[in-house]
Amino acid sequence: MPVAATIRIQEADFDVAQEIAALSKDRTDVGAVVSFSGICRGSEQGEPIAALTLEHYPGMAEAEISRHADEALARWPLQGLTIIHRFGRIAPGENIVLVVTASAHRQAAFEAAEFLMDYLKTNAPFWKREESARGTSWIEARDHDDAAAARWTKS
Amino acid sequence: MKLKYFAWVRERIGKTEEIVEPPPEVRTVGELIGWLASRDDGYAHAFEKPTVIRAAIDHAHVKQDAAIVGAREIAFFPPMTGG
Repeated sequence: MPVAATIRIQEADFDVAQEIAALSKDRTDVGAVVSFSGICRGSEQGEPIAALTLEHYPGMAEAEISRHADEALARWPLQGLTIIHRFGRIAPGENIVLVVTASAHRQAAFEAAEFLMDYLKTNAPFWKREESARGTSWIEARDHDDAAAARWTKS
Repeated sequence: MKLKYFAWVRERIGKTEEIVEPPPEVRTVGELIGWLASRDDGYAHAFEKPTVIRAAIDHAHVKQDAAIVGAREIAFFPPMTGG
């Protein structure tokens, strides 16, 4: 049976435990579930921040994440996949992003989750702006995120 | 065609989207950036480092040598920082 990914782009928070449980509920073929949660830190490069605001490109965000979900489903034998990315104002300690992968064995679940996060960082159209005592500023992209995504490119 | 701008590109230009009709000699994304940058100081500021600017045509990432013919929606934005 083809696996359909669940992809949600939303302003509201999500329940990590509920999303993990949903991927193995009522089935016995799932032997491994891996989850990655991205959480808003309370400081950025040593400076305390009040919040992050995430801007996104509606329509393209869904399309781009769907393309990467399809690629993950083609490359690894997954039995379930959930990707949730929030937008709007997010306070320190709150969830930003969730990737959950389910497979018969752990290796596929680990690798697919890491692949998806590396690609979300560099290709999903979201932009973080930080609020701090000094005002607001856009967070700059990091070269090591590009390098992390590039290692998944097939040669 | 419709243009959309995000993050600091949007802030510097001062609008989220607009409809434009570039002249026929503007054939690629890179040429469109050059044409926009000549419009006023806001556009010039947004596109002052063209190599940093990322673009998408109809919701898919493209390089700056991509042709714009037939595009319904072209977006310009800084490198992405989600996840």
